Amino acid sequence: MNFMKLKIVRVYVALFFFFITSILFLDIIHILPSYITPYLLYFQFVPSTIKFFNQFSILATGFIIVIIVTLIFGRLYCTSVCPLGTLQDIISRMALFINKKKYFRMLNDFKLLKYSILTMTLISIFSGSLVLLNLLDPFSLTGKIFSNILRLLLIPVNNLAAFTLEQFDVYKVYPVELKALSWLAIVFSSSILLIIGIMSFTKGRLYCNTVCPVGTVLGLTSRFSLFKITIDEYECSGCGMCETVCKAGCIDNENKIIDFERCVTCLNCFTVCPSNGIVFKSSFPAFSNNRGSQVDNDKRKFFTRFFIGVIGLSEFLRAQVKIIPKKESTLPVIKKVYTTPPGSMGTEHYYSNCTACHLCVSACPTHVLQPSFLEHGWLNILQPYLDNSAAYCTFECVRCTEVCPTEAILPLSVEKKRILQIGKTNFVKENCVVETEGTACGACSEHCPTKAVIMIPYKNNLKIPEVRNEYCVGCGACEYACPTQPYKAIYVEGNPVHQIAKEAPEERFEQEVNYKEKFPF
Amino acid sequence: MDRRDFIRKSIQAGLLAGTAASVGRFPNLLAYTNLHSPNQYDLVAIKGGEPDLMFDKAIESLGGMKAFVKKGQKVVVKPNIGWDVTPDRAGNTNPVLVKRIIQHCYEAGAKEVYVFDNTCDDWKRCYSNSGIEKAVKDAGGKIVSGDSERYYQQVEVKKGKKLKETKVHELILESDVFINVPILKNHSSTELTISMKNLMGNVWDRGYWHRNDLNQCIADFSSFRKPDLNIVDAYYILKENGPRGVSKGDVVLMKSQIISTDIVAADAAAAKLFGLEPATISYIKLASDMKLGQMDLSKLNINRIIL
Repeated sequence: MNFMKLKIVRVYVALFFFFITSILFLDIIHILPSYITPYLLYFQFVPSTIKFFNQFSILATGFIIVIIVTLIFGRLYCTSVCPLGTLQDIISRMALFINKKKYFRMLNDFKLLKYSILTMTLISIFSGSLVLLNLLDPFSLTGKIFSNILRLLLIPVNNLAAFTLEQFDVYKVYPVELKALSWLAIVFSSSILLIIGIMSFTKGRLYCNTVCPVGTVLGLTSRFSLFKITIDEYECSGCGMCETVCKAGCIDNENKIIDFERCVTCLNCFTVCPSNGIVFKSSFPAFSNNRGSQVDNDKRKFFTRFFIGVIGLSEFLRAQVKIIPKKESTLPVIKKVYTTPPGSMGTEHYYSNCTACHLCVSACPTHVLQPSFLEHGWLNILQPYLDNSAAYCTFECVRCTEVCPTEAILPLSVEKKRILQIGKTNFVKENCVVETEGTACGACSEHCPTKAVIMIPYKNNLKIPEVRNEYCVGCGACEYACPTQPYKAIYVEGNPVHQIAKEAPEERFEQEVNYKEKFPF
Repeated sequence: MDRRDFIRKSIQAGLLAGTAASVGRFPNLLAYTNLHSPNQYDLVAIKGGEPDLMFDKAIESLGGMKAFVKKGQKVVVKPNIGWDVTPDRAGNTNPVLVKRIIQHCYEAGAKEVYVFDNTCDDWKRCYSNSGIEKAVKDAGGKIVSGDSERYYQQVEVKKGKKLKETKVHELILESDVFINVPILKNHSSTELTISMKNLMGNVWDRGYWHRNDLNQCIADFSSFRKPDLNIVDAYYILKENGPRGVSKGDVVLMKSQIISTDIVAADAAAAKLFGLEPATISYIKLASDMKLGQMDLSKLNINRIIL
């Protein structure tokens, strides 16, 4: 077999997945139709898994295929599909380019660390908080890096192009106005990029084999792989080339051992081996071995206890993190619940399914979706919320519901969106311009798509807003448009469980216009 | 540097023209008609036809578009594209009318015709769902974004009482001819939105207007750069729930159009058409008091066309 060719194919596949993922996050002018997103992200492990358990659909079966492939050839996923994996490969490639003498060595296996991280992540997931997964999942981390760093860098480049072309009277490229920035998201993503950057620059796939919960899960899976990469003791000349190119640091050439659990099947070792010392070996005979089955029994016991422990502990924790409704507050501009995106059904479903990959943040045309800091609480940090000071949710737009890889935001038709109530409006008369200044305003009512905010007669021939929450969809247009400073006179409080609004009654006017009648002037 | 100079010059020219105009009885006519032969009519009202046909007839009675657009001039057409709704919802200016206006401009020899609005809803959806983006492209015009603060230049509103300075879209400052194409609509806070209110789409920060006496600010800004021509689209009009409208039930098919160089006169006539007295619309009254135009329609020479 020509492993050189196979490796080149592997590199192209990896670049392909990296490219389509990055383009989804970096499409600042939204040229890609959003409905193709589920197809492009089909194989992404964590999004696909969450989507599968969330609501079964054929588009959520990608992770099963990943597991099957892992059970045959090992962690091909990590080396070809995972965008963070490819990002790390690009960085360690740069390291090799800068320092031509650089080579990899067998790394210590931080077993305790990686299994502890996986255990804690699982416990937090089963107890209903995705906070650890959100901070560790490679897809979501890549998303955060793309969305909060590269996208923000791309926007000025685009705008510079737009304003340069404008000098030549070309308006085809238009500037993108950033309505809000989440500093937490920027700082977090930059730190992650820096940490993973340093790790991969010096030690290759260290993150994948010590921190990444997906890497650990697939590593455990690859213990049972049908074919494993091993060193053929008779063919191996002991030159040690394979160890120097192993970016996962899992080859111990001296003892002729490959730790396949940590191997990402990048095929680098095949390409440098001067003899036929590296082979894909079928591990079928191992299963027929009696001694092996005994070990399996022990393992089975261990795993059963492990999972019972995880689920028991998580049930305990779940009881602790129940959302307790806060007391009525006297300060009206302090929001108790921040709005979650349309289609997320409410806080419970959203908090327990969103991995904060920020694809919706990238996809949102008005930038109303912003990474949260404490808006959703510590346990749901970085999960996007509707920032109505920056923008509002477009009445007939369902883009975020089409792109969400985990279905934390479920698909929604435009018809349903029109009557979906994600929040309710509160009017603070004491802050309103009509009351304080005695002048006309009505910006809130102007922007309201359902006329849930109407203007009713007020003193001195003025009109003042009145809220009819039965028609409110919670889009936040009124809050965004409200001109008062520093506190808004009208604001949206998120619905913990999304509801259905009443459809605004249609007014009918006399359509019989006499076009021959004289003008009234 | 060239562009900056150009902007400065055009602002100076505009201010000069404005000062010169303030002495006349019809200031805006004086300011712009010195470029072409005096019009026979101050205002044209037409009804009973399609938007494009009505415009053909109406502009003809004002001496054709060539009375307003000279060869090689840059023209900016400012429709109302504020909302993410379809043309039959009457939230935005009729695209058929916008297209015809651009065609007339090019026929008159315009070098380039630009169209923009600082929309309320997501601008890309507004441009596309209003049908105006397509109309502009079909007519060969240039559709320009109004969604970035960098397009807007700080200007002084000399005559402003509450609005002393504001940021205005560069196309308004740079173009030789400014054609204002509002749609006649009910409005939740100002009763009606017509020509003067449509100029709110020329500025970046509308919140300031809302905070500081909205009606006065609308009147104030009408003194800044008055449109060379106001074309009020009253084909579909929004009778209730304006300015965005909730459903087609809010819309009446009026099949009318009003054209005038006098922004106050255009708004007064449109208000009458809607069924309201101009003096009851706060900003029309304020603008009239500031002598920005003629609110009393009896003093105007009006051409009334019924098709």
